[in-house]
Amino acid sequence: MKEQLAKIKSEALAAFEAVASPAALDELRVKYLGKKGELTAVLKQMGRLTPEERPAMGALANEVRSALESAIETASQKLEASALEARLKAEAIDVTVPGKTVKMGHKHPMYSALDEIKDIFVGMGFTVLDGPEVELAELNFDRLNAEEGHPSRDWSDTFYFDKDSRVMLRSQTSPMQVRAMDSMPLPIRIIAPGRVYRKDEVDATHSPMFHQVEGMVIDKNVTMADLKGTLNLLAEELFGKGTVTRFRPHHFPFTEPSCEMDVQCHKCGGAGCATCKGEGWIELLGAGMIHPNVLRMAGIDPEEWSGWAFGMGLERTAMRRFKIADLRLIFENDVRFLEQF
Amino acid sequence: MNLSRKWLNEFVEIDANDKEFAEAMTLSGSKVELTHDMGEEISNVVVGRILSMERHENSDHMWVCQLDVGKEEPVQIVTGAWNIHTGDLVPVSLHKSTLPGGKKIEKGKLRGVLSNGMLCSLKELGLDERDFPYGVITAAALLNDYHPIDPDKPSIPEEIELGHKIFGSVVAAGAGEVKSLGDGRWSVALVWAEDGSPVGTTVETACQNIHSMDLVAFDTKARTICTLADLHAEQKEFPHCIPDGIFVLQEDCKPGDDIKAVTGLDDHVVEFEITPNRPDCLSVIGLAREAAATFDKPCRFHTPEVKGGGEGVLPELLDVETPDPELCPRYTARMVRNVKIGPSPKWMRERLRAMGVRPINNIVDITNYVMLEYGQPMHAFDYRYVNGGKIIVRRAAEGEKLTTLDGKEHTLTSNHLVIADEGRAVGLAGIMGGLNSEIVDDTADVVFESACFDGTCIRKGALALGMRTEASAKFEKGLDPMNTLPAVNRACELVELLGAGEVVDGVIDILNYVPQPTVLKLEPDKINALLGTDISQGEMAQIMERINFELHDDQTLTIPSWRGDVKEMADLAEEVARFYGYNNIPTTLMRGQTTLGGYSPEQRLEQRLGAVCRSCGYDEIITYSFISPTWYDKIGWPASDPRRESFKILNPLGEDTSIMRTTTLPSMLDILARNYNYRNKDVRLYELGRIYLPGGENGLANEEKVLTLGAYGEGFGFYDLKGVVEAILREIRVGDVEFVPVSDNPSYHPGRCAQVLACDGLYVGVMGQVHPNVAKSCGVDGELYCAELDFVTMRSIAGPDPEYTPLPRFPSVTRDIAVVCDEAVTVGKLEWTIRRGARGLLKEVSLFDIYRGKGIDEGKKSVAFNLVLRADDRSLTSEEADEDVKSILEALEKDCGARLR
Repeated sequence: MKEQLAKIKSEALAAFEAVASPAALDELRVKYLGKKGELTAVLKQMGRLTPEERPAMGALANEVRSALESAIETASQKLEASALEARLKAEAIDVTVPGKTVKMGHKHPMYSALDEIKDIFVGMGFTVLDGPEVELAELNFDRLNAEEGHPSRDWSDTFYFDKDSRVMLRSQTSPMQVRAMDSMPLPIRIIAPGRVYRKDEVDATHSPMFHQVEGMVIDKNVTMADLKGTLNLLAEELFGKGTVTRFRPHHFPFTEPSCEMDVQCHKCGGAGCATCKGEGWIELLGAGMIHPNVLRMAGIDPEEWSGWAFGMGLERTAMRRFKIADLRLIFENDVRFLEQF
Repeated sequence: MNLSRKWLNEFVEIDANDKEFAEAMTLSGSKVELTHDMGEEISNVVVGRILSMERHENSDHMWVCQLDVGKEEPVQIVTGAWNIHTGDLVPVSLHKSTLPGGKKIEKGKLRGVLSNGMLCSLKELGLDERDFPYGVITAAALLNDYHPIDPDKPSIPEEIELGHKIFGSVVAAGAGEVKSLGDGRWSVALVWAEDGSPVGTTVETACQNIHSMDLVAFDTKARTICTLADLHAEQKEFPHCIPDGIFVLQEDCKPGDDIKAVTGLDDHVVEFEITPNRPDCLSVIGLAREAAATFDKPCRFHTPEVKGGGEGVLPELLDVETPDPELCPRYTARMVRNVKIGPSPKWMRERLRAMGVRPINNIVDITNYVMLEYGQPMHAFDYRYVNGGKIIVRRAAEGEKLTTLDGKEHTLTSNHLVIADEGRAVGLAGIMGGLNSEIVDDTADVVFESACFDGTCIRKGALALGMRTEASAKFEKGLDPMNTLPAVNRACELVELLGAGEVVDGVIDILNYVPQPTVLKLEPDKINALLGTDISQGEMAQIMERINFELHDDQTLTIPSWRGDVKEMADLAEEVARFYGYNNIPTTLMRGQTTLGGYSPEQRLEQRLGAVCRSCGYDEIITYSFISPTWYDKIGWPASDPRRESFKILNPLGEDTSIMRTTTLPSMLDILARNYNYRNKDVRLYELGRIYLPGGENGLANEEKVLTLGAYGEGFGFYDLKGVVEAILREIRVGDVEFVPVSDNPSYHPGRCAQVLACDGLYVGVMGQVHPNVAKSCGVDGELYCAELDFVTMRSIAGPDPEYTPLPRFPSVTRDIAVVCDEAVTVGKLEWTIRRGARGLLKEVSLFDIYRGKGIDEGKKSVAFNLVLRADDRSLTSEEADEDVKSILEALEKDCGARLR
C-alpha cells in the first residue's frame, strides 16, 4: 500500500506537471482524487490494515492528497496564466492606427489676441465696455476735439448715413472714451474693444472694417510715465518678456501730449528688414494724455483730474502675434486657416 | 512732404546720415516715412568728352567713339545715337556701371567692335526734358537714312545726286564741316549742284544729327535744313532720324566728373508724414526749424531783399478789395513787369525735382519754389486779364462759372471764394487759378498773390468741387497769416535773381485781423506732474529757446505765429517732452485708488456661448457688418419684407459693402459658400455678430447680437445642428425648449426648418436646412445648415447657476414602449404627451427608434421610447411602474391615437 501511494503520487505529480488544458486537468483530478479515483481506491483498502498501521498510513495518504491538491492548484494557476497570456497576445492591436477624431472648434485668432488683451487689463482693474458701431459724429469727432474740418471727417475717409454727416460708422473706438466719461463715476479704468470702419480698399494691410481696442484711465495724478509703464507691460504680456518698445511724438486731436508706440521688429531685431519696411520698428498703437478740452467737454476739471488713453489695432496685433502675413486671411474665414489656431 | 537735404542744408547744417537723420527727426515728432538717395541706382557713370567719331564699318547707323573720361587712356564706345559730335560732353556709363531701373552696363562687342560701356540719354539717367529743357533733340531728315515705305516706289531715288530737286525749293545737299555754335545750335557747310555747277553755303540749324558726309534736304528758299515734319515724312522712312539720343551736357563740368553731381542727382530726399496740427512743417523752413531744434543747431534764415524799380506805381496799377474779410484774413500781392518767360535755372529745377515738383517755367517754378520753401501757397496771374486793375476777393455768385487751369469748368455757389476782377472770376481762391488769367509765353506783367484764406471755406469749396490741390490742402489746415509777406517778397527776390522781370516797388497788403500772439505761462511743476518727470525749469527754458518760444522774465512765453497749435499747458508739455525725449520719460505703474474691474454677466455669457460652440466642433468666424442689398433677394426675402429696411451708407466703398446687415444669415452663407468652393470638407462655423436695426435712440441703430451657426458636410443633417442648438441652450440652462416646424421662412427648407422657442414660447431663433434655392444662389449645390439665435433673448432666459440636487438613493425601473401612430403625429407631441400622462414617477423619456415598413400599416409609424421611472423615497415595485406606464399609454391613445404595438 505504501508503494501504491508513492506510485500514485509520483505518477499524478508528473501528469499534473504536464497537463495542457483545464479540461485535461479536471480529468486528472477526477482520475486521482475523484470518488472513484485512484487515491480513493487505495484508501478504501485501509480497512485491511492493522490498527497499528493505520495512523501512519493515514498520515501518508493525507500527505499524498494534499500534495496532489496543491499540485492541481499550481497547474491550474499556470494554465490560467498562460491562457491570459494567449488572450492578451490575441488582443494586441496596431497602436499606430490614428485615434478617433474629437473635433474641437477653434477661436478666431484675432479674438484669441483680444482675449489676452482683455485679461491683462481686467487683471489691472479695468472694466470691459461695449458700444455702438453706428455712432454720432458728435461723439466720434466733436467730443474728441476733432473739430469741423479735421481730415478724418472727410467723406473720403469715413462712412456716413446722412447728408448732414451726423450719423456715421465709428472710425475709431475712441467715442467709447466719451461714453465712459458721460456714464461712469470717477475714477475710470476701461477698455473698449470693437469694430471700427474706415474707407480703405481691401489689401494685404487694409480693410474697410477692422477692430480696435481702446483703453482709458482717468484719476488724480495720472502721468505720462504711468501710460508708458502700462503699455510696456501690455507689450511684454503680448509679445514676451524683454520686448523692446519706443515712444514717438504724434498727434491726435483728443490727446496732448500724444505718442505712438513702436515695438522692435521681431524679424530683424531692429536692424531693418522687409517686415518693418527697413525701419527696425513696427507701429503698435497710438496713445497720449487725454486732452484737457476732452475732459472739459465731459464736465471733468482738468486741473483736478488727468488721464491717459490708447487705441490699438487688433488685426495688426494678431497678425504680429501669430505671424499672419495677409490681413485678408482674417476676414476670409477659410477653415484651413482658422483650424491652425 | 518731401525734403531735399541739400535745400535743408541751406538753412541748417546737419551732417547726420539719412538713417541717423530719420531716427532723430522721428523721435522729435517729425515722422520720417522713408529716405531716398536720388542717385542711388546710378554708379560709375561719368562725364566724357568725345575725342573722335568714326562710322562703324559693319553698320549703317552706328558710330565708334573715342572718349576722354578723365583717365590716362581714352575709352572706345559704340553708339547708335546720331545727335553727338566730336567735342561734346556726354554721360558715359562705364564698364560695370549701373543705371536706374536696375540696369547694369558691361563691356561687349557690337557687330564685332568693342564697346567699353554706353553713352546715356536723359531717360536712361531717370531724367527728362523738363529737368533739362536744353536736352530736347531736333532731328534733320538725313537722306542717307531714307528707307522707302514701298521699295518699288521710292519718293527719293536711291542714288540721289547733289542738287536733286525733292520738291519745290528743297534740294538734296551734302554736309561738309559741322561746327557747334554752342547753345545747341550748329553751323553746317552745304554743297549741291545747280544747273550742273556746284553751289555752296553755310547755314545755322538746331538739328543735332548732322555730320560731315551726310545728305540733307535743304530748302534753298527758306535756307533751312528740313526735318521730317518739313518733308511730311513718316518716322519709319527715316528710322534713325529720331528726336532722341544722347544727353549732350551744357553744364560746367569736365571729363571724369561724377554724373550725379553734374545733374543734381547727388541729393537725398526725406519723406515726412506731417500731422495735421503742424501745417508749418509742410515747408523747407518749417522742417529746418524742427531739424535745428532736434539737433540743437543754429538756423540761418534769410530776409528776402527786393530791389524793385519796375515801371509804374503799384496803387495805381492794382487795387484789392476783400468784401468778405472773415474769409480772407490777409491778402498780399506784388507786381512784376516785363516778364521774360523761360526755363528756370538748373539749381531751382533740381530742388523742385527733389521735392517731387516738375519744373514748368521760371514764373510758375518761382511760385512752387516759394510754396515749398515757406509753405505759403502762391499764385501768379497775368495782369492784362485783370480788368480794371482791380482784384476782388469775394464769394462766388450762385451759378457763376469758372474754368480752372486744369481746363475743367466749374459751376460755383456762394460757398466758394473767388479771386475776381470787376467783371469776372479769374481764380478759385486757395484752390486753383483760372484758365483765363494763366501765365503764358507772352505774358508781360504778373501779379503774385500770397494770401491767407479761411481754412474751412477752402476745404468745403475744394470738397464740393472734388478738387483737393496742394494749395487747398495747405489752406484747410489753417496757415500762418504772418507768412504771406515774406513769401511774396521771396518770390519777387527770386524774379530779380533769375532776371525774369522787373518788380514794381511796394506791396499791397490787406490785413483783416489783428495779429495777437499767444502768450502762455511756463509752469514746470504742472508739466512735470503731467509727464511724470522731474525736468528743471532751466532745461525747459532751453527747450523753449530751441523752438523759438520766447521766454520772458515773468515766465510767460510768446508763441511764434506759425505754432497755432500751441494753446495751453498740455501743448507746452508736449513740446518739452518732444525735445526732452519721450523715451527719457520714466515708466511707472499706476497708483491711486484701484477700481474693481472685470467682465459683465453679458460678457461672460458671450464667453460661455463661444466655448460651447467650440466644444461642439464649431470654428469661430469674423464677417463684415455691411453687406450688399442684393443679399435680401438671395435669401428670398419678399420685396415688402420690413426687415429690408437697413442703415444705408451714403458713401460706401462699393455696393457689396453698402448696407448694415439686419440679418447675419448672408454673412454666414458667404463664408460657408467660400469654404465650399475651396472644397473644404465638414465645415462647422459660428459667429457672435451684430445686426443693425433701424429705430435706435438718437437716430442710431439697435445693435443686437446674434449667435449664428453654419455647417455642411458628409452625412450632416438637421438633427446634427439641432443637437448643437440643444447643447447651447442646455449649457446656459434654458428650460422648456421647443422646436416648432416652420414652413414659410423663405430662407429655409419648408420641411426642415424649426423655430426655437423656450420658456413658455419665447422666440429664441430659427434653425434648419438652408433653402436649396438660396444655397444655389450662393453657388452651393449641397445642403447647408444654419441657425440664428438671438443673443438678447438667450441672455434674458439663461438660467441661474445650478444648485445641487441629491443623487437618487433608490433604484429606478426602466420600461421600453413602442407605439404605432399616424405619420403626422410628431415625436415632439408623443414625448410631450408621455410626460403629461405620467403620474409623477417618470424621470426620463428618450426616443430610441422610429420604424416604418413591414408589420406597420402604410401611413403609420412605430415609435419606441425608453422610460425611466423612479421614486425618491422608496424602491418602486413593478406594479407601481406599470400603473404609470398604463396611464402614459392611455394618454397616448387618447391624445395621439397611438397604440401600443
